[in-house]
Amino acid sequence: MSQSTNIPQNQAGGNRPQILSSASHKQSRYAVNRMAKIAMIVCASSSFLILLVIIAFIFREGLPAFIEVGFFQFLFGIDWSPSRGMFGILPMIAGSLAVTIGSIAVAIPLGVACAILLAEIAPFKVREALRPAVELLVGIPSVIYGLVGMLVIVPAVRQIGGTGYSVLAACVVLIVMILPTIISISEDSIRAVPRKYKEGSLSLGATQWQTVWHVLIPAARSGIGASIVLGIGRAIGETMAMIMVIGNAVMVPTSPLSPARTLTGNIAVEINYATGLHANALFATAIILLAFIVILNSITMALFKRGFRGQSES
Amino acid sequence: MAKVNPKTTQTIARTLIWGAGAVTALILVAIVIYILARGLPFINWEFLTTVPRGGLSGEGGISSTIVTTLYLIGLTIAILVIPGVGTAIYLTQYARDNWPTNAIRYAINTLAGVPSIVFGLFGFALFVTVLSFNFSILSGALTLVCLLLPTLISTSEEAIRAVPPYQKEAGLALGATKWQTILHVILPAALPGIVTGIILCIGRAIGETACLYVTMGGSAAMPTSLLSGGRTMALHVFYLATDTSAFDKAMATAAILVIVVIIINSLTNWIARRFQLRLMGRS
Amino acid sequence: MAVKNRMRVIFLVSLLVLSLSLTACGQPGTTPSNAAVSGLSGSITLSGSNTVQPLAEILANAFTALHPRVRIVVQGGGSSVGIKAVNDGTVDLGSSSRELTASDPKLVVFPLARDGIAVIVNPQNPVNNLSKIQIRDIYSGKITRWSQVNGTDQPVTVVAREEGSGTRTAFEEMIMGDQPVTRGAILQSSNGALLQVVRADVNAIGFISFGFLADKSVKGLSIDGVEATLANARSGAYPVVRALYFLTKTEPTGLVKDFLDFCAGPEAQKLITSEGYVSVH
Repeated sequence: MSQSTNIPQNQAGGNRPQILSSASHKQSRYAVNRMAKIAMIVCASSSFLILLVIIAFIFREGLPAFIEVGFFQFLFGIDWSPSRGMFGILPMIAGSLAVTIGSIAVAIPLGVACAILLAEIAPFKVREALRPAVELLVGIPSVIYGLVGMLVIVPAVRQIGGTGYSVLAACVVLIVMILPTIISISEDSIRAVPRKYKEGSLSLGATQWQTVWHVLIPAARSGIGASIVLGIGRAIGETMAMIMVIGNAVMVPTSPLSPARTLTGNIAVEINYATGLHANALFATAIILLAFIVILNSITMALFKRGFRGQSES
Repeated sequence: MAKVNPKTTQTIARTLIWGAGAVTALILVAIVIYILARGLPFINWEFLTTVPRGGLSGEGGISSTIVTTLYLIGLTIAILVIPGVGTAIYLTQYARDNWPTNAIRYAINTLAGVPSIVFGLFGFALFVTVLSFNFSILSGALTLVCLLLPTLISTSEEAIRAVPPYQKEAGLALGATKWQTILHVILPAALPGIVTGIILCIGRAIGETACLYVTMGGSAAMPTSLLSGGRTMALHVFYLATDTSAFDKAMATAAILVIVVIIINSLTNWIARRFQLRLMGRS
Repeated sequence: MAVKNRMRVIFLVSLLVLSLSLTACGQPGTTPSNAAVSGLSGSITLSGSNTVQPLAEILANAFTALHPRVRIVVQGGGSSVGIKAVNDGTVDLGSSSRELTASDPKLVVFPLARDGIAVIVNPQNPVNNLSKIQIRDIYSGKITRWSQVNGTDQPVTVVAREEGSGTRTAFEEMIMGDQPVTRGAILQSSNGALLQVVRADVNAIGFISFGFLADKSVKGLSIDGVEATLANARSGAYPVVRALYFLTKTEPTGLVKDFLDFCAGPEAQKLITSEGYVSVH
């Protein structure tokens, strides 16, 4: 970047882009511009390629299982026993559904209540103390929750009945895991509601609770919805913590105290030694998981279409 | 039928909420305290510098896991940043608003929600087996790149979008080319957001277990190259908890991970705060 | 100003990368200080049965004590993992605690030792002896309460290994016969994990390799009156004994062959016996 003689300096003497207008430099600028555009396209293409390869690979390896085992036999078969050639994933679907529904049924009300508390009702000091703690919990690796689950929750469930490794233990662990996510994002969205909504409602004579329930929550519903989706996604996708507390039994759980196995746990426990049709079956399990996520995203987009911004965990 | 007094509803609601909130807060705080209280006493210099014995015994420390984690994160970020940020720049600056672009965005959003074990399955099949990288830090890093790419693209996109359009227009009005505007105006303004996104990816990578469980092999030995297998600290917690009964060491490793998360969170908050100050101070 | 900040960031990042690479170079313990060391050098990766794993680690440590420039990395995963990994070329040496079947790939088999499988219960469980048929009925789900086998009136928690485990396959062959393991069995991925469940749950029953019995936290049952001891395993009185193997894809050469020769030698045999396995060489 060479100097041209008639560029006036910025008054404050700060650094600003060397915008040159002399003819000989125009060409190099435009050349760089063209190359940069190509470079960005290459970046983007390689990203898309990666994502495409992933999806294609999973389908290529997973479809043979659907074909050989039969789609409905695979999805609704009750026996999973690779050594005897049986590949039915109904027990795992039941297990995943049980822990997901069980955990969000508790985590959503508890989480939204806590979010309301932090956003509206709690005094400033309490809020400032709790928010970093909630943020911390969002970031703690899931295997640590599994560890605490193994050491504390499984023995506790054992006191109630059964062997401790159970759907109940898994639900408790998941609740603890997804609560911080729901709380932090919901709280942000409630706080983000424009003040005039709240002030308008209060000035109309509504109590604080009426304002929260009838004005703020509906206004924040896209953010709250996003947090719930993230929570459900985390519950369905959790693997290692589940392996540690759910017992990995290949059966449809009959009660909260019975052991079970999740779709994700199924993949993790068997992947290292799976060959042939067994490996295909694991990829087919991955396709089912992908389908769950797509359905989940579609439902959410339909429900919360207004101003839905794909909130990631930032 | 008598209408319920709204003040009563409010009192009931407030009590319930305070109750729910208090219980939740207590449980969450108790967990953090439990991990730190049970784990911190066992952290000492010897713990940090001895290699774990592996297998059943649970003896030793975590030195090899720390090194493996650092290597893994370094390699992952080195591969991840340019495609990730580049794609975000492309999507926000160059791509037209037509159906291929929207389809690509949909694919990215969907893959952001896919469980990490699916990426592990893919990584095991492609990197470990087909490409013959075997159980190695390289396989783990490549798998992590696939996992984190959608997240980094999304957060970088958001950061770039947050730059007020008039900045870009000002740059172009001054005669800068598109790329000059991107490089000298947009990116510096979006940099805190992008860096926050990268740090979040680092945080996620440190805590990731499922996809690394099946691509890195679980060996407790000190890695000698990027093609060595190994275990990260998070994986070490898993192996200690399931194979051995050295729960105190597992808790100690967990405590270290919690401290790392605290540091990362503080870092992102500090950057975000400086970003706010800069925005307010400069504009 | 933006350029300066960026330079600073780049500088700091490169400093970090540099320091990382320096720490990696100066790792203590990988090069011996003794100038006159044995000539063997290189590395072997081993994975497979986690029954064999602790034994393999001990043998590996003994071997590297003699040849300090050799590095042996031992991993677990289960017998089927070892078979698949050595066939795929992911590791140099595989280990298995079961026989290779017709559906397994063709590999070269090196008999390492013989090992008994102990049926274990929690130390607080009053039951000390079970017949083979009783064990089979418990595992197949026919017997569901301990009272049916002279124990307390509590439900039985059946714990087993995952299907890829050689220990489980051997257990199924020798005790279950044609009966499948009940669906409600809690499955764990390693001997250690299985031990933990039985250790913690008073009503649990499981099976592990003899080599893990030294851990006094669980109780090994007698089967049909025969105690689970090394002597009974060696004599053949104990009914559940199986072979442990090392596996290679082709005839072993080079460093792997040296290691296998070492494992067949007298020093290794002494180690094998002292760890609770039956030597075969």
